[in-house]
Amino acid sequence: MSLELIDITKRVGAETYIHPTSLVLPEGSFNVLLGTTLSGKTTLMQLMAGIQSPSSGTIRFRGQDVTRFPVQRRNVSMVYQQFINYPNFTVYDNIASPLKVAGMSAAEIDRRVGAAAELLRLQPMLKRRPSELSGGQQQRTAIARAIVKDSDLILMDEPLANLDYKLREELRDELPKLFAGRNAIVVYATTEPSEALLFGGNTATLHEGRVTQFGPTSATYRAPRDLTTAQVFSDPPINIADVEKHGNKLKVFGDESWPAGRAAENLPDGRYIFGIRPHYVTPLPVKAKTGEIEGRVLVTELSGSESVIHLSVAGKTWVSQSHGIHPFEVGSQARLHVEVNRGLFFLPSGELVS
Amino acid sequence: MNKTVNNRAWWLVLPVFAMVAFNALIPLITVVNYSVQETFGNNEFFWSGTTWFKQLLHDDQFIDSLQRQIIFTATVLVIQIPLGLVIALCMPRSGPWVSVCLVLMSLPLLVPWNVVGSMWNIMALPDIGLLGKGLNALGIPFNYTRQPVSAWFTVILMDVWHWTSLVVLLCYAGLVSIPDAYYQAARVDGAGPWAVFRYIQLPKLKHVLTIAILLRFMDSFMIYTEVIVLTGGGPGSTTKFLSIDLVQKALGGFDLGPAAAMSIVYFLIILLLSWLFYTLMMRSEAK
Amino acid sequence: MAEIRLENLRHSYLANPGADEDYALKRLSLTWQDGGAYALLGPSGCGKTTLLNLISGLLTPTEGKILFNGRDVSHASPEERNIAQVFQFPVIYDTMTVYDNLAFPLRNRQVPEAEIKSRVTEIAEMLELTSTLSNRASGLSADGKQKISLGRGLVRADVNVIMFDEPLTVIDPHLKWKLRSKLKELHQRTRRTMIYVTHDQTEALTFADQVVVMNLGEVVQSGTPVELFEKPQHTFVGHFIGSPGMNVLPCEVNGGKAQFAGRTIAVDNGAAATGKGRTEIGVRPEFVSISRGGLPAEVTRVSDAGRFRIVETRCGGHMVKLLVKEGDTVPEGQTHLVFDPAHTQIYEDGWIAGAKP
Repeated sequence: MSLELIDITKRVGAETYIHPTSLVLPEGSFNVLLGTTLSGKTTLMQLMAGIQSPSSGTIRFRGQDVTRFPVQRRNVSMVYQQFINYPNFTVYDNIASPLKVAGMSAAEIDRRVGAAAELLRLQPMLKRRPSELSGGQQQRTAIARAIVKDSDLILMDEPLANLDYKLREELRDELPKLFAGRNAIVVYATTEPSEALLFGGNTATLHEGRVTQFGPTSATYRAPRDLTTAQVFSDPPINIADVEKHGNKLKVFGDESWPAGRAAENLPDGRYIFGIRPHYVTPLPVKAKTGEIEGRVLVTELSGSESVIHLSVAGKTWVSQSHGIHPFEVGSQARLHVEVNRGLFFLPSGELVS
Repeated sequence: MNKTVNNRAWWLVLPVFAMVAFNALIPLITVVNYSVQETFGNNEFFWSGTTWFKQLLHDDQFIDSLQRQIIFTATVLVIQIPLGLVIALCMPRSGPWVSVCLVLMSLPLLVPWNVVGSMWNIMALPDIGLLGKGLNALGIPFNYTRQPVSAWFTVILMDVWHWTSLVVLLCYAGLVSIPDAYYQAARVDGAGPWAVFRYIQLPKLKHVLTIAILLRFMDSFMIYTEVIVLTGGGPGSTTKFLSIDLVQKALGGFDLGPAAAMSIVYFLIILLLSWLFYTLMMRSEAK
Repeated sequence: MAEIRLENLRHSYLANPGADEDYALKRLSLTWQDGGAYALLGPSGCGKTTLLNLISGLLTPTEGKILFNGRDVSHASPEERNIAQVFQFPVIYDTMTVYDNLAFPLRNRQVPEAEIKSRVTEIAEMLELTSTLSNRASGLSADGKQKISLGRGLVRADVNVIMFDEPLTVIDPHLKWKLRSKLKELHQRTRRTMIYVTHDQTEALTFADQVVVMNLGEVVQSGTPVELFEKPQHTFVGHFIGSPGMNVLPCEVNGGKAQFAGRTIAVDNGAAATGKGRTEIGVRPEFVSISRGGLPAEVTRVSDAGRFRIVETRCGGHMVKLLVKEGDTVPEGQTHLVFDPAHTQIYEDGWIAGAKP
């Protein structure tokens, strides 16, 4: 009872948009496609929807081969980044449109539109037209239309990207609640790692037309299979350094020596790529086993509650994100603590080892 | 963007294919046939090979009308494109005058072609026409039925009146689609009106202008009705353009073979020039 | 470089504004120091873009004055004001090279070519555009184009202020970080006056030394990021700044003591509270913690934000959110909450108790 993509690819001319990809999305699941612009998120969604057909591979839904089914024969809804509604319809008629197409009775339509409008807090606006609504309300209308017809598959392509920060936060909070308890498979594309984290569910990280990892969001975030996944799933960007392990010491940036700590304890001596997220690099001394880095301060960004410090360390830019206000002078030398135990160790080929 | 693959959609375009085949392809094939045949009436046809094409290359009448055609098309393009652009630049972008201007601009395009010919015919009459009489009253000798210069002047004026609006409307549509931010940025950068035109408006209008030039080229190259009504190709054959020559050959002389060969050459010239022009514009785009 | 002063500024898009609501920008007075980094923060339609356009000269104010270094420029054109602006969508001159784009504002002002060359080279180096100088600008990615827009402002030595209108809208998150810190770095290096307009609190707080929060055409609070975070003057600021925003809970105030869910809550500004009007407690999720004693609450939802988790609880019939650090345990079901008294405030009719009216 799921949507299965089996070895699907998409090529157009000489260009490959999607490299061989296999995914199984269980019924009732919330799945995030995370990747930068042009990483293949939209193409992958269109393949799932049947708007495009794959160059090779099979798509099964509930065990049935639907690879060559056009979108009309699949029970699919889509929500786009742009607020797409029928401009001449009222909000009510907009939400009701897929039901009318399906030939549902007026009473049933009324009941369903009412329920969807209530979930998305659109009842006071039902008689208005999209042009009389705010951006957030327009997108709520589009989302209501997507959920009203009990689709098997609901695809959302960066639906919050065009909204104000606070509206985004509000809708982001509501979306998972909307789908809880439904059978629909939800696929949500975003460029923002923080969005993927907050939604939970499953996350597939995409990079240049490949799914680098797919699994429960928390696991993908905390145990990325490789360096690319860690980079895609990190905001601010993950800090990287080449390290050399000798016994229980790590040689970093030429002259720094760090304790190997728990993470690297059982690794054989040799060269590794060390990756650590910015919030484990802090100006405050920490109790856990730490290493230190020293570099020139490039920028300090102080929000009301935390500091983001950009350092140039041996030609590489490192970012530290920490609680509290730490006003470092630009151009000065700063020493920061690195929670080595929280770091990730990759082979030079990019594979995660610890 | 990627397109949806749905083979059933082909059925929807089938009627159009049928229409185009009926209207264009079948006549074209017939014309190709005629161009390699000789006929003396009675529906009897004989194979003649490339005779007509060879003959055409040495046909002075054809060469003359082709030259006239090129001069005419070049002249109207040189006048209409800049004039249309300037008028579009002068039109208001907002306010109540927008619709007034747009209606005024569309008027010439709504007049049937033969009526345009008649209008200018009457207007240019040297004895009672506003234009003809006026010019003569100013001491400028003007008689479009006798003097080639007057005839050319009237034909070009008529075409400019009739078709500049199309260029204006295309350019105007292009201009209003330029986001405000560009104008604001230019003001902030201290750019004068010329720099705004040169570096913002002109580059942004490039596609629109390409289309305008292409349309005007094809249309003016095939001009027939207005000229036939106005001057009938005269005085003498001084305003006899390609299409007039063609019709005279085909219908007047009933020289089906040479006329067919000529239409094919004519068709190929338009196709070649349009293609050349389009690729050149697109190539400079890619650079 | 200039100090910017706004005196009793008001603006309406209507020809004959009457009532207060006819004004897109209600009465406003502000002074911005030379060389500062400022942000205008607020939701769509709060009047921030109107204010920006008034300062840049794209709009003329209905009432009031705009002064640059004491000189009244209210009716001066954008050219005369010597400002630079970076728009939401990158504006570049498509047909020109990157170099010519950067040189454009200087050429328009008849600066000698030799000087243009040295300025452009310097700015291109600062923006990391040196390697693309001879390329056509239209071929660059969105962040590259945005850098050019910014560069056209930076090349001019005489610019009074550089303004940014949501400049990161079209930039991908991983590049947003780079460009955002680049802006900050450029400010710290050049010390130009910069005004940054956005709806994104993170961008505003990290960029600016002083943030002006606007809502419904009015300035709600102007202060440093720390002030806005720790002592929001209005519940709107508390809600709008911070992610998630401040918890705002209805309470009763008796003799300077706040009562919520049948308990007395220790607050920072109890002495200033009058108890009149609609009274609420405001406390940020960062200052709520789980403890053995305190307000009884029930954990209803936990969402992972990476370095912390957002915990939603029901407490006294209201939703109270709190943040728990990565690695710390979150109890299930019933628990107790405490609010940090130093960061818990009483609000009366939306405004912090004791604030000057």
